[in-house]
Amino acid sequence: MSKVASALGGARYDGFAHVREIGPLGMISLRAKPDVTGLAEAVTAVTGCPLPAQRRVELAGGNVAGWMSPDEYLLIVPYDGVKAALATLAEKLAGQHHLAVDVSDARAVFRIEGDKAAEVLMKLAPVDHATLEPGELRRSRAAQVAAAFWQQDGGYTLVCFRSVAGYVMGLLRHSAQSGAELF
Amino acid sequence: MSTRLAKGGRLIDRAAPQDFTFNGKRLRGFKGDTLAAALLANDQMLVGRSFKYHRPRGIVASGAEEPNALVNMGEGGRFEPNQRTTTTELFDGLTCTSQNHFPSLEFDIGVLNNYAARFLPAGFYYKTFIHPRAAWKHVFEPIIRQSAGLGKVPKDRDADRYEQAYAFCDLLITGGGIAGLQAALTAGKAGKRVWLMEQTAHWGGRAPVDGVEIDGTPAEAWVKNAVQALEAMENVTMRLRCMAAGSYDHGYVLADEKVADHTPGDGRPRHRLWRIRAGQIIAATGAIERPLSFAGNDIPGVMLAAAMRDYLVNWAVAPGDRTVVVTNNDDAYRTAIALKEAGLEVPVILDARATVTGDLPAKARALGIRVEAGKAIAKVKGGKRVTSVAICAQAGQGAVLEEIACDAVAMSGGWSPVVHLWSHCGGKLNWDAAQAHFAPDPARPPLNHDGSALVVTAGAASGVLLAGDVLANATAAAGGDVAPVASGPVEAAMEPVWVMPQGATIDLRMKMWLDYQNDVKVSDVQLAAREGYSSVEHTKRYTTLGMATDQGKLSNINGLAVLADSLSSPIPQVGTTTFRPPYTPVTFGALAGEARGDIFQPLRQTPIHAWHEAHNAYFEPVGLWRRPYCYPRPGETHEQAVHREVVNTRTNVGLLDASTLGKIIVKGPDAGKFLDMLYTNVMSNLGIGKCRYGLMCSEQGFLSDDGVVARIDEDTWLCHTTSGGADRIHAWMEDWLQCEWWDWQVYTANVTEQFAQIAVVGPNARKVLEKLGGMDVSKEALPFMQWADGEMGGFRVRAYRISFSGELSYEIAVPASEGRAFWDALVTAGAEFGMMPYGTEGLHVLRAEKGFIMIGDETDGTVIPQDLNLGWAISKKKADYLGKRGQERPFLASPDRWKLVGLETLDGSVIPDGSIAPAPGTNANGQRNTQGRVTSTYYSPTLKRGIAMGLVKGGLSRVGETIEMTRLDGSTLQVKIVDPVFYDKEGEKQNV
Repeated sequence: MSKVASALGGARYDGFAHVREIGPLGMISLRAKPDVTGLAEAVTAVTGCPLPAQRRVELAGGNVAGWMSPDEYLLIVPYDGVKAALATLAEKLAGQHHLAVDVSDARAVFRIEGDKAAEVLMKLAPVDHATLEPGELRRSRAAQVAAAFWQQDGGYTLVCFRSVAGYVMGLLRHSAQSGAELF
Repeated sequence: MSTRLAKGGRLIDRAAPQDFTFNGKRLRGFKGDTLAAALLANDQMLVGRSFKYHRPRGIVASGAEEPNALVNMGEGGRFEPNQRTTTTELFDGLTCTSQNHFPSLEFDIGVLNNYAARFLPAGFYYKTFIHPRAAWKHVFEPIIRQSAGLGKVPKDRDADRYEQAYAFCDLLITGGGIAGLQAALTAGKAGKRVWLMEQTAHWGGRAPVDGVEIDGTPAEAWVKNAVQALEAMENVTMRLRCMAAGSYDHGYVLADEKVADHTPGDGRPRHRLWRIRAGQIIAATGAIERPLSFAGNDIPGVMLAAAMRDYLVNWAVAPGDRTVVVTNNDDAYRTAIALKEAGLEVPVILDARATVTGDLPAKARALGIRVEAGKAIAKVKGGKRVTSVAICAQAGQGAVLEEIACDAVAMSGGWSPVVHLWSHCGGKLNWDAAQAHFAPDPARPPLNHDGSALVVTAGAASGVLLAGDVLANATAAAGGDVAPVASGPVEAAMEPVWVMPQGATIDLRMKMWLDYQNDVKVSDVQLAAREGYSSVEHTKRYTTLGMATDQGKLSNINGLAVLADSLSSPIPQVGTTTFRPPYTPVTFGALAGEARGDIFQPLRQTPIHAWHEAHNAYFEPVGLWRRPYCYPRPGETHEQAVHREVVNTRTNVGLLDASTLGKIIVKGPDAGKFLDMLYTNVMSNLGIGKCRYGLMCSEQGFLSDDGVVARIDEDTWLCHTTSGGADRIHAWMEDWLQCEWWDWQVYTANVTEQFAQIAVVGPNARKVLEKLGGMDVSKEALPFMQWADGEMGGFRVRAYRISFSGELSYEIAVPASEGRAFWDALVTAGAEFGMMPYGTEGLHVLRAEKGFIMIGDETDGTVIPQDLNLGWAISKKKADYLGKRGQERPFLASPDRWKLVGLETLDGSVIPDGSIAPAPGTNANGQRNTQGRVTSTYYSPTLKRGIAMGLVKGGLSRVGETIEMTRLDGSTLQVKIVDPVFYDKEGEKQNV
């Protein structure tokens, strides 16, 4: 696996919050209508999570199942487990109209941690954190690019496209600088 | 002289002296001073020169309304012009210089304009510099620009950083005076999520200065308690130094927080722009005192009465030893009383009203101050400082009754509510004749999406000026019913005074300033009215009244009242000019926020980007991607590098980072049907494992994108798009699937970034891949226009036999996370075969030599596939595809359309980019007719001559003809029309 490299090689920044790039993680974009027979079982079989309801994200260990749109889910599993997960999905959803595709390498993933982690995101995404519930996945933007994030393990996990990982790291670094706390 | 008093100053800390410089002069103030207060404490009354006449100007106000006291702040990377001294907090080490003077503030040559003022009336520039036309640009404008201008332009890169942040609340209250505090207390107790912001560094507004008592305690104590109570509420957020710049539809508010203006270099962001979405906005923005229009009202030492009181009470600064007070209302008496009680002289209060009653005048009289009713200032005397005032009757023409020596004048013409936030989204105003001001009409507020009031006003912003009324109004604005009780003296009615004295002669009116910053006088507005300017908006632009950086905060009402009087119209009929954001200027840095330097714009990078950088790639933008244009070696020009890369690819093998190529998965039972609609040719019958080139058109028929489609399995296709088109085409697909063909069973996924895709191109391409090993890439196992999955050199790959160069070519996709490692492996394996990377320009030359079109070069949104001789890629059998009916329209089906041809010069030179082919005659607009244009033109290092493609009327039917094409200098060159495929027309090289 030594030849596998995440977008930024695990870049970190410590300001008033701690930012680090993580991954690579195994990610699957699963497109299917929620009423597809066997969908919930398939998602649980792959991630250990129940099928997420609208705007929700389910966590199980390191695995994640997130609701992305009325017919799209994001599944996160170990990087090495994607092939098997895709096989399981194909088997469980055989004959049902769906699309499951490996997007592990198309994304970059960041963790924003610390007591004031939310303040970093408040500078970049037009999201009302007072109404962002635990277990909610928010598709929004980070300044000029698309991003999605949710609360996890006392911090936030943020996903963006791989090609703009450097830009997003720059945004997070800028926003997390000590002295720039909002409150 | 102006000076610091020995005692007092509620905002200063005398134990913390702070040194600063003004025009290089070392001065000292205290912590808590504004720069204006500190300048006055050092007897620096003269702070600048006016814009047009270069008249000496002093500090007039004590807040955001200040028109005169603007300075160049800071040095180097922290230099910023037009900073208001009245809102700038003093800090140790501050440096500033005055503006708009030459050669010095004390002696200014531009003041000659002052003596020529009668020759520089309103509209002077419009009238004078209109002929001859050329003279404006070359003579007049440079001279005017030299003599005018406020402040200098910063030259260095901004040393500070900025940021933005988003906030949400039920209620945003702007203004931290007693009205804002009371509204916040009311809404906070009701459990609303409240944001309260104040533009200055202190809560409480001017109530503590005015000596108001609330619920039996001094305002200062009430404010302190209110702030403590609010700080204890979890649902209330409070921000000082935060100016609400504008209100917009749906409760959107921009607010500029001056985080570190007063602590430069402490590592914090200098400003933070808050982008707030509020359920409702309460504008508790107070009121601004108006000047009076008397001759010489701009001489340093003439100040607003309340501002003088602010300096006295807040900062223990006395602007003068002997101050004449001139007023049309009771409030100014507070200033006279405060001055007297501080031990300073008030020789006289001139009250324009015929009779003067009320508690405050009674108190002034009791203190022994002379009060003159029905009197006015005929003229203020002095140059750089007031020396005396000449007194006259307000009712007369200005005959001087008496002259009184003084060194300061405190004036008050009444108060105008700050209605900006109310008005930005369309809140309407009523003229209040009793107080002579425009105040918000509660019946006509700006509306929210549900018809409710988007903005309500509280306190003085509503037009209520007495403390008790302010608190009651603020309580009601926030939905409360029990207001604190404030007590104060009974005030008599004010009386509007727009010109002082009422019948002033023209000599006097020419020295009555309305707009200090732009040098607009009463006589200018009257002249505009005489010249037919009856609209207040036109008068504003003609005279520049209210167009300076203060946006007419002091001059607006006075100016339109003078206009109304000149037009003999009632003031409400003349109306106000439009209030537009920002309330006070917002620095560009705050508006740009984080978007500068490395994160000015997202730059998309492929997994191999770092290698390109390390190998001296010269990058070009492709959408937001940065792609290597070429890889110059030491001593090579870019052109030489491109030629080397092309030749090497044709003779050995080249390596191209094609990761940016769009890749979209299309899957489902109806995917074939869907793609047959999207592409002009048939994709549904493409065999599994095969590739086919396809074209996509808009509904109008114009060519939109192209690329190779691969059939992955029974119901899955992979569509390659252009690099710039990936997101657009994916959105195009989803648009059709979600809005038109929503019942078709098709899913798409944009997997562009999932793969690093690398093209290995050239006669040695197969040898390089065979060296990596693990996969059979022979002609038999992987023929041209087919793909295969496999393992190559230990990498999971999908190899496509496709060619955009005419050479033996493989495009190999690997997971992006392994992209860099795979590239490195290829570089190593290719070394012995003469492999070199090539960039996008090499790619362009290679494809042009083969006559392949490029979206964006051969197409520009007006070109259909048939124009490019691509009829072979358009299905004749299909009933429909997007663009089919568009292409059947007569204009697009016309045989006269310009069509693709090859072009070459007779002498082998390169046709200039942008060349057009002239045709005889002229069109209806008198322009030369044309018959074609160049779309791509290059030097072909393979053929060692210029090659080009272009669109020419008649197209390939004219092969062999010679036509003229233009050069940039207007001359023409002879160009022969040829076949667009310059190299290996039979395609033998790519199919080996």
